[in-house]
Amino acid sequence: MGNVKRSPWLLHYDGSSCNGCDIEVLACLTPVYDAERFGIINTGDPMQADIFLITGGINKSNQEVVRQLYEQMPRPKVVVAVGVCACTGGVFKECYNIIGGADTTIPVDIYVPGCAARPQAIIDGIVKAIDLWQEKANNPEYVHAMYESHEEKEEKEEKEGNK
Amino acid sequence: MTYRVIGIVAFLILAPFLGGLLSGIDRKISARMQGRIGPSIFQPFYDVQKLLSKQFIVVNYAQIFLVVSFLATIIVTGMMFFGGSDILLCFFLLSTGATFLIFAACITNSPYSNIGASRELFQMLCYEPAVLLACIGFYLATGSFNVSDIIQADLPAIIKTPGFFVAFVFILTIKLRKSPFDLSASHHPHQELVKGITTDMGARTLALYEIAEWYEHVFLMGFVGLFFIWKNPWSYLLAVVAVLATYFLEILIDNTSARVKWHTMFKLAWGVTILVAGVNLIILMVMA
Amino acid sequence: MWMIPFLICFPLVVAVLMFAIRENKIRNIIAYLGAGTIMAVTGLFAFQWFAQGTPVLELYYHTHTIDMIMLGAVWLLMFVITYLSFKYRKHIISLLSIIPTMLITYMELFGPEMAEIAHIRVDKLSMLMCIIVGVIGSLIVIYSVGYMHGYHHLHTEYEDRRNYFFMLLFIFLGAMFGFVLSESLLWIDLFWEMTSVCSFLLIGYTRTKEAINNSFRALWMNLLGGAGVVIAIMYAGYKTGSLSFQNLITLGTEGNAAAVIPVALLAVAALTKAAQMPFSTWLMGAMVAPTPSSALLHSATMVKAGIYILFRLAPAMSGTMTGLMISFIGGFTFFAASIMAIAQTDAKKVLAFSTVSNLGLMVACAGVGTAETVWAGVFLMIFHAISKSLLFQNVGATENALHSRDIEDMHGLIFRLPKLGAFMFIGIAGMFLAPFGMLISKWSALKASVDMGNILLVLFIVYGSATTMFYWTKWMSKIISYTDTEIKVTDITKKDERLSLTVHATLMILLCLLFPILSVVYVEPLLTEMFGTAAAVLPQGVLFLLIAIVCFIFVAPIMAFRYAETSKVRQLKSYMNGINVGNNKEFIDSMGEKKHLFMTNWYFAHDIGQRKLMRPCAFVTTAFLIILLCMIIGGAL
Repeated sequence: MGNVKRSPWLLHYDGSSCNGCDIEVLACLTPVYDAERFGIINTGDPMQADIFLITGGINKSNQEVVRQLYEQMPRPKVVVAVGVCACTGGVFKECYNIIGGADTTIPVDIYVPGCAARPQAIIDGIVKAIDLWQEKANNPEYVHAMYESHEEKEEKEEKEGNK
Repeated sequence: MTYRVIGIVAFLILAPFLGGLLSGIDRKISARMQGRIGPSIFQPFYDVQKLLSKQFIVVNYAQIFLVVSFLATIIVTGMMFFGGSDILLCFFLLSTGATFLIFAACITNSPYSNIGASRELFQMLCYEPAVLLACIGFYLATGSFNVSDIIQADLPAIIKTPGFFVAFVFILTIKLRKSPFDLSASHHPHQELVKGITTDMGARTLALYEIAEWYEHVFLMGFVGLFFIWKNPWSYLLAVVAVLATYFLEILIDNTSARVKWHTMFKLAWGVTILVAGVNLIILMVMA
Repeated sequence: MWMIPFLICFPLVVAVLMFAIRENKIRNIIAYLGAGTIMAVTGLFAFQWFAQGTPVLELYYHTHTIDMIMLGAVWLLMFVITYLSFKYRKHIISLLSIIPTMLITYMELFGPEMAEIAHIRVDKLSMLMCIIVGVIGSLIVIYSVGYMHGYHHLHTEYEDRRNYFFMLLFIFLGAMFGFVLSESLLWIDLFWEMTSVCSFLLIGYTRTKEAINNSFRALWMNLLGGAGVVIAIMYAGYKTGSLSFQNLITLGTEGNAAAVIPVALLAVAALTKAAQMPFSTWLMGAMVAPTPSSALLHSATMVKAGIYILFRLAPAMSGTMTGLMISFIGGFTFFAASIMAIAQTDAKKVLAFSTVSNLGLMVACAGVGTAETVWAGVFLMIFHAISKSLLFQNVGATENALHSRDIEDMHGLIFRLPKLGAFMFIGIAGMFLAPFGMLISKWSALKASVDMGNILLVLFIVYGSATTMFYWTKWMSKIISYTDTEIKVTDITKKDERLSLTVHATLMILLCLLFPILSVVYVEPLLTEMFGTAAAVLPQGVLFLLIAIVCFIFVAPIMAFRYAETSKVRQLKSYMNGINVGNNKEFIDSMGEKKHLFMTNWYFAHDIGQRKLMRPCAFVTTAFLIILLCMIIGGAL
């Protein structure tokens, strides 16, 4: 597989965060830091994205959304949980509506701690994510798997059966 | 005949490189205009290389069929153009290509790509008259629709057809999907459209779309250059300069304007066409 | 050539049978046989004529008895119209029939001695029309046997008068053959009135209030045209002493002043028949009739009678004031009708507007009147006849299955009713997409109008082709939009309907592939016959290049598709912000419940609808028509 490192496209999703981490993430992407010079583009579209940046914890209403966005991303893909809420649930952990960190719903590769996560930490996390992403891209078996998860496989097969 | 074959082969092989480079330069210049360093001018190639290596995803299998049709039509259009064929037929074919793209977006039933497709269709409605009139301008100026005859003319077409040229450059902004007329596909994320017409395209389909865009841009720029070419061989240099100046103008417009509503686009596009190209048409036809 | 009287009289005989037989099954069999015979005889006629080397035949010089029978028929039509006008209290309309009939009778019985002329003329243009009427007409009759069955099942509120319906269809076929083969202006007038009356009666078939009003609108507009024809005949008869159509055209081409007024009047009459503005409202109203009659009369053949007359007159109109008038009206109608088509959601209305619009382009081609534009016009006519007939029949069959003909309800039609959807796709693609023929015609019309220096026409075509593309593309994209959970629809298309549709679609595809050959073999000789000069409109190389392109554009994606099928492709849900329920059709709303997603096209009904634009357009064209007619007549007198 070729060199994919020069063009990481991001999908940024805000879970139930206090927006502190979002502001930091967007700050990293502003013209001041000019992330585009590394080929980074903040797309709003999971089907075009490579790196899933998720801030805030998972609650009952956004769990399905996060899962679906993750499924809609083509492989190879990397998930970066930004901020302590996305890592573990943070201060909201014990709230009645919070399920926990992003890893309760989708497999998370990189954890960036902090409340709010500092830009240096975010950038460091993304650099790590890019390396991991390249590593994943080098494994064709992983890239061209037909289903994302066991659930998806079952759902698809059921659909086929109905037809 | 040899020239035709050379033109066709050169277009087939070189156009993606030129188109990608144009798009890279576009991004670089835009970044500089915004006070940023910007990506490498080869960035579009990196992007497409990455997209091609990703997992093959579709929402609807017919997407592949339609996007490849889109690409194939545009390649054929360009081949006809650089092979010295009829410009009017080229543009008829190009609009067929655009129809394929609209179908590819509609077929997934996603609200975003559907809105993108409707708007793309509306954009076609806006630019089509100016495009056809530009072809007629060439016919009036040089007596032929064929590129091979136009480039052998005694005078460059621009002398007789400045109005058509202005109208064409105006709608070129729509055709290149640049702001203020980037209604169908926004270049920038987090807008109401997500990615507009390309929302449901990812990985390879998106790569094919990008490549098709490169071919299309080279074809359109070739058409801009055609205004400046006559039988003097040095005119090709002039054409290249004109093309680069036009492209720079488009980038400048892109970076200095905000998106307009479809009403405004429609009024502006048809209005400018009828005023500038129409007046030019009347003058040329009355003189003839 | 026994086939000529046979083609005219045989449908009339079948019509009588149709009316007399009340048993549906027997009548259906006879309808099949009749249609089959008409098609076979048309084929034989064409074949024999080709075997003879496509000569111009002029026949039937002595026809005193037949003339008298014809006159009787004209009176019969007058009685029918007068009776119905009084019955429905539209007294004034009967005058439009009575006065011309009186005039023509006076002319026939007490008028001066006319030069002896042939009454039937077969040449390449009339043969082309014969083939269109014979093939498409018969197919539509076969289709309507199945369609009318479904129609009366769906619409139980209307009285079942199928015997009457089929009688009218067959009378119409006979009249149409007579019309295109006639050379005598008197005969042309009779057949002209016959088609008008058939159309009038078919529109009123359901006898609802709307249908009756619309049918009378169609009647008075067509009768107005008929009156124009009669005045033209009188004038030509008294001035030139001959009632030969060909003679009139020759005189007109030579620039003889006596021919100017008849040519102008005939051309205006043809505008009414071809539903050009300001007369196009009758065609919109005609859409209340059952679909086969819309397909047969109001798009494939009867409205083409107007176009046929204009093509005939084209050499005489070229470069004259009449030509200017006709090309302006045609171009304007092309543009205005295509704008109004955008605002329609009813599939039949869209087809009606696009018919008017395309006829406008043909009229404009005839008005410019050079060999090149007529080449374009003839091709437009052939393509339009087949694809519109296909589309109308298809919409009819779809309506029977879907119980709706709203375009918005045709979402994903190609998956819900695969065959009908595919036919519809082919029909629409034939109307405007690049490798297909309509586009070449547009190309050539554009080039010729630039050559003739007709600035307005150039602008009309340029803007009109943009709007045309708009309404077709949005319809097509609706058909192919797909979701998993479309409600399945049972295809209740009858075998005979499907037969007709399949033949039409095959013809359409063959025509797209073979039209360069058709151009060389038939259409170019046709122009040579009309204009005396050969017209190679498109170089052969370009035409064959186009065919190569068709192949390339279709082969490459099919290969890609095959490749994708064999390689590993992951299918995803469409993007709906992650709240797609999983079927691309529903999403979870903010209350956590499923909600249906419904996407519609753009129609702009308030900005560019028929209500808003029709009156101003009619006003402009009427004013233009009156002014130019005054100028023409004034100039000639």
